[in-house]
Amino acid sequence: MFWEAERECMNREELEQLQFERLQSTLNRIYSHVPFYRKKFDALGILPEDIGSLADFSRLPFTAKEDLRKSYPYGFFAVPLREVVRIHASSGTTGAATVVGYTQNDVRIWSNLTARILTMGGVTKDDVVQIAFGYGLFTGGFGLHYGAERIGASVIPASSGNTLRQIKIMMDFKTTALISTPSYAMLVAETIREQGIPLAALSLKYGLFGAEPWSERTRREIQENLGITATDNYGLSEIIGPGVSGECREQNGLHINEDHFLVEVVDPETLRPMPEGETGELVITSLTKEAFPMIRYRTRDLTSLLPGHCPCGRTLRRMARVRERTDDMLIVKGVNVFPSQIESILFEIEGTEPHYQIVIEREGALDEVTVLVEVGETIFFDQMRRQRDMMENIRKRLAQELGISVEVKLVERKTIARTEGKAQRVIDNRRL
Amino acid sequence: MLRIKNLEAGYGPLKVLRKVSLHIDPGEIVTVIGANGAGKTTLLKTVSGLLAPRGGEILFERNTIRKVSAERIVSLGCSLVPEGRQLFAPMTVRENLILGACVQYRRRRHGEVTEDMDRVFGLFPRLREREDQLAGTLSGGEQQMLAIGRALLSRPRMLLLDEPSMGLAPRMVREIFTHIMHLRKEFGLTILLVEQNARGALGVADRGYVLETGRMVLQGPSGELLSNKNVQRAYLGWSSEESA
Repeated sequence: MFWEAERECMNREELEQLQFERLQSTLNRIYSHVPFYRKKFDALGILPEDIGSLADFSRLPFTAKEDLRKSYPYGFFAVPLREVVRIHASSGTTGAATVVGYTQNDVRIWSNLTARILTMGGVTKDDVVQIAFGYGLFTGGFGLHYGAERIGASVIPASSGNTLRQIKIMMDFKTTALISTPSYAMLVAETIREQGIPLAALSLKYGLFGAEPWSERTRREIQENLGITATDNYGLSEIIGPGVSGECREQNGLHINEDHFLVEVVDPETLRPMPEGETGELVITSLTKEAFPMIRYRTRDLTSLLPGHCPCGRTLRRMARVRERTDDMLIVKGVNVFPSQIESILFEIEGTEPHYQIVIEREGALDEVTVLVEVGETIFFDQMRRQRDMMENIRKRLAQELGISVEVKLVERKTIARTEGKAQRVIDNRRL
Repeated sequence: MLRIKNLEAGYGPLKVLRKVSLHIDPGEIVTVIGANGAGKTTLLKTVSGLLAPRGGEILFERNTIRKVSAERIVSLGCSLVPEGRQLFAPMTVRENLILGACVQYRRRRHGEVTEDMDRVFGLFPRLREREDQLAGTLSGGEQQMLAIGRALLSRPRMLLLDEPSMGLAPRMVREIFTHIMHLRKEFGLTILLVEQNARGALGVADRGYVLETGRMVLQGPSGELLSNKNVQRAYLGWSSEESA
């Protein structure tokens, strides 16, 4: 199922012509309307017309989150405010908020792109879509809402929070598709189990999850516990919100809406392009945005461009699921550690629950890392020996993978606070 | 059908087109809108071979036509209906049409010319009524029909139309735009339409490009361009208060 087959299955040569035409007009517009870019271009001695191919593109300057913060609130808008019909702000997960705007056309294109993502995940006009993303400054709720309406699905703007009520709505309104963060889907699954609600009482078929990293194991858990096909989707407010890329039901990477976004993967240190298949920082240029165009925006998300064709028939290239951000990286005892490394080890170990938290303290000059891991009840009722063996096992595996020793604490289910938005995996109590 | 990349053109020291790129798929009607002096006519002159480009690529049905002569481009299937019609005023309607068929005559397909002429008269019955009248005595709208008819006699697959609505009465303007839709439907033509009348052009085109001082600044489906505030203000004559 395609939402816009003529675009999603476009011949690459035609796609590149389209991308190039759109890039040229974006450059012409930002050069005359966004002072930040005009100054940067002038300083580098580049005119928009010097970019004569997609290859020349690497001469353009990057845009960093810091640049957006310095231009708070409207510095990057390429149209006067009276042409802006919507304003959102980034969730500010990691620092001050940034403000983004949309013209009427931007909103229309955005809806169309989220409609593509929803269609990829299985949603049709016959579905009842429950959106459990926050509605507000965060782009998740509204972005997918408009796309689902565009498809003609019945949309329930449930917003986030109040899990029991969400589940009641899900049962009574016969929700067939759930849209939320993966951690919220886990919470819903857990609550359903606790309440003793049988899966048969639900009509769920699809789940589209995004806004935070999640693993294959979490996907399996969600799929089993909710009886759905779970797909990942990716986006960020600085670029458009949800709608940048999404998985089709092959679940083998996220198709990028390349006719609207030009993507590169670069080495975060040297900023040189990474070869296909290798992990680096995702850099995105918008090709059609009117109000808030972005040139080579450094997302700080780590991913790779996947080689090969997808059996679904889309020619849009795929990116690997974003598992971590450049700024997730923790430096512990002088060693670089990504939370996702810890997660993938925990998930290989039998008996652990997909909830964990990493706590870092500083004792004198030494960093102490403790990983809290939830385990199933059986392990607590069982002999102490098994608990000890398990802890020992996790400790050893983590030390092997990370090259540093960490403490492991097994905790009962539901000890770690559940969130309705993005999960908090790392608590850094060091005063650095 | 037509693919242009980084086209540069100008006159003497004057740079008119600055790396213009655009494409038209078979069967599409695409319009390029822009103010006077934006480079619209230069674009069509360059594509049709009347002006040599200074840089860039022009591919017609995947073959480069950058250095191909104007008459060869016509025989390849791409005909221009020039700005201001450029008819031969002291010649009759019929004679003007026959001139358009010179490519066919060269191919010695005389019989087909009469057939083609009948099709043009079918499309524009008013030209049949005035078959023996001198072109210079026709009304503006009729002259435009004749200019289009003359281009059709070269049996093009693609038509380049330069400001067909220029200087016509409002009723005639509507009629000409309706004819453009018919050209696609009945002759299976792909059409590149250059216009100052943005509203009319976007009304018939599938997609459009906005050309400003030799640079493409915007493009998209016609509906999107019609709702772009910049286009509304600059080319549709709305003030933002009206459109709000």
